[in-house]
Amino acid sequence: MLTPPLMWFLVVYIASLVALLITAFFSVNSLTGNIIYQWTWANFSQIFTQSVYGEIILRTLIMAVLVTATDAVIALPFAFFIAKIAQRRVRQAFLALVFLPLWASYLARVYAWINILSNHGVLPDFERHVGLPITNLAYTNTAMWIVFSYLWLPFMIVPIYGAFERVPDSYLEASSDLGAGSWFTFRRILFPLILPGVVAGSIFTFSLTLGDFITPLLIGGSNSNFIGNAIYDSAINGGDLPFAAALAFVSIAIMAIYLFLARAAGAFDAL
Amino acid sequence: MKLSRLSRGVLALLSVLVVLFLLGPLLVIVLFAFDKSNVQSLPIEHWTTHWFAVAFDDPAVRSALWLSVKAGLAATAIALILGTLVAFGIHRFRFFGRDTISLMLVLPIALPGIVTGLALQSAFNLTHIDLSIYTIIVGHATFCMVVVFNNVVARLRRTSTSLIEASSDLGAKPAQTLRLITLPMLKTALIAGGLLAFALSFDEVIVTTFTAGAQNTLPLWIFGAILRGQQLPEVNAVVVFVLILTVAPIAYAARISSGEGFLRSSESK
Repeated sequence: MLTPPLMWFLVVYIASLVALLITAFFSVNSLTGNIIYQWTWANFSQIFTQSVYGEIILRTLIMAVLVTATDAVIALPFAFFIAKIAQRRVRQAFLALVFLPLWASYLARVYAWINILSNHGVLPDFERHVGLPITNLAYTNTAMWIVFSYLWLPFMIVPIYGAFERVPDSYLEASSDLGAGSWFTFRRILFPLILPGVVAGSIFTFSLTLGDFITPLLIGGSNSNFIGNAIYDSAINGGDLPFAAALAFVSIAIMAIYLFLARAAGAFDAL
Repeated sequence: MKLSRLSRGVLALLSVLVVLFLLGPLLVIVLFAFDKSNVQSLPIEHWTTHWFAVAFDDPAVRSALWLSVKAGLAATAIALILGTLVAFGIHRFRFFGRDTISLMLVLPIALPGIVTGLALQSAFNLTHIDLSIYTIIVGHATFCMVVVFNNVVARLRRTSTSLIEASSDLGAKPAQTLRLITLPMLKTALIAGGLLAFALSFDEVIVTTFTAGAQNTLPLWIFGAILRGQQLPEVNAVVVFVLILTVAPIAYAARISSGEGFLRSSESK
């Protein structure tokens, strides 16, 4: 019963990852553009010696951390409210409203923000209308930070909500019966219990930011090259598949380190 | 934890703001699709469905739509078969390496999409397979499988196996049990999983970028048009069409499956 799906997975997916690793050690003939099937470390040494790639990797990491932190800060009070305070019907309605953008077309959501932030978009128009100073966010890193946070927010809310829901109300009652204030209860009882949910959400926000090239291309400015863009440029525009493959291994390595740290923090045990 | 009325009120207000933040942009994009002007802005002065007609008459949009539908249906069919088989295998039997298999299945979603896309492209390149609709389908089926698996395994966990055992004890052949007991039991989970898989495939752009070659699926057409900054009112209509096609099956799937297996991967379990 398991044989056909496992064969598919091994032949298609695992074999492709191996192909990616092998390709990362090939190179491209700069005249003909053909791939030279000979073992070389050139791609990796280029990534680690040219400072431009260091900058790209650092920029991507900073954005991933910023977006993850922003989404966690927004998701925590929201998930707490729907899990522990809201009445059943409000909870169901709010959950449905979170699932809607989680599944709604990615491109539609990015395009919406182009219409909001561009120079004659909804936001500057509104500011002109009411006489506020105009925020020129179009094609900036700030715009990218807002849009990424928007795009991945539901991925953070859902696991945190799940974690809150699993905490029995009696724990909170016991804490307050023993004289703890609500801030103390949150910090010492609730937060440690829902931390695995936050880490689970952060795996999504981190991985999704790391692999995106569309939002930086459409929302970001001239100085917004991410790892995803470098991969896209090499593979699609530059015709240098081996170099793109080497870059992809940088993002795999970052995700692997992140997952390892998450696991060391005990986040997987509670999932 | 006793919260004052003030803090409850503040939390409620914050939560309403979060919902507005999540839904506002979607509302903007839907409204703009009906704006008659070439350059969209609020308030909308003249309403029209003109841009939908323009988009639907555009041969490039039509061929992209057709390719997306074909690839989506084929990927969904493969994902339904393979995803259901894995769910049964993992649920029914305990065996060495079971956890490894569950973990492996999540990889296409846990790793950045660009990695999956580029890995597939590298494999097609090494094996000299030309990029075509088939390479798109292979890529989509691989990550859609996880969605079907999640839905079916969630259903299997909630239903007892005693019905299936009773059926065979009473002398039903395996095919009869499958047709009369197992499939009706799984029906809504399969429909929900299939709808979610199709929606995921229909909207996918990152993996597709690396597996489509020269041809355009609908999301690739949208991406290209936005990048060039051309035909924007038409893009708007197409984007809303895709939005409806991704949201409608989700709403239906949520109703028939009461929300089980609903996160885009199995991370929540």
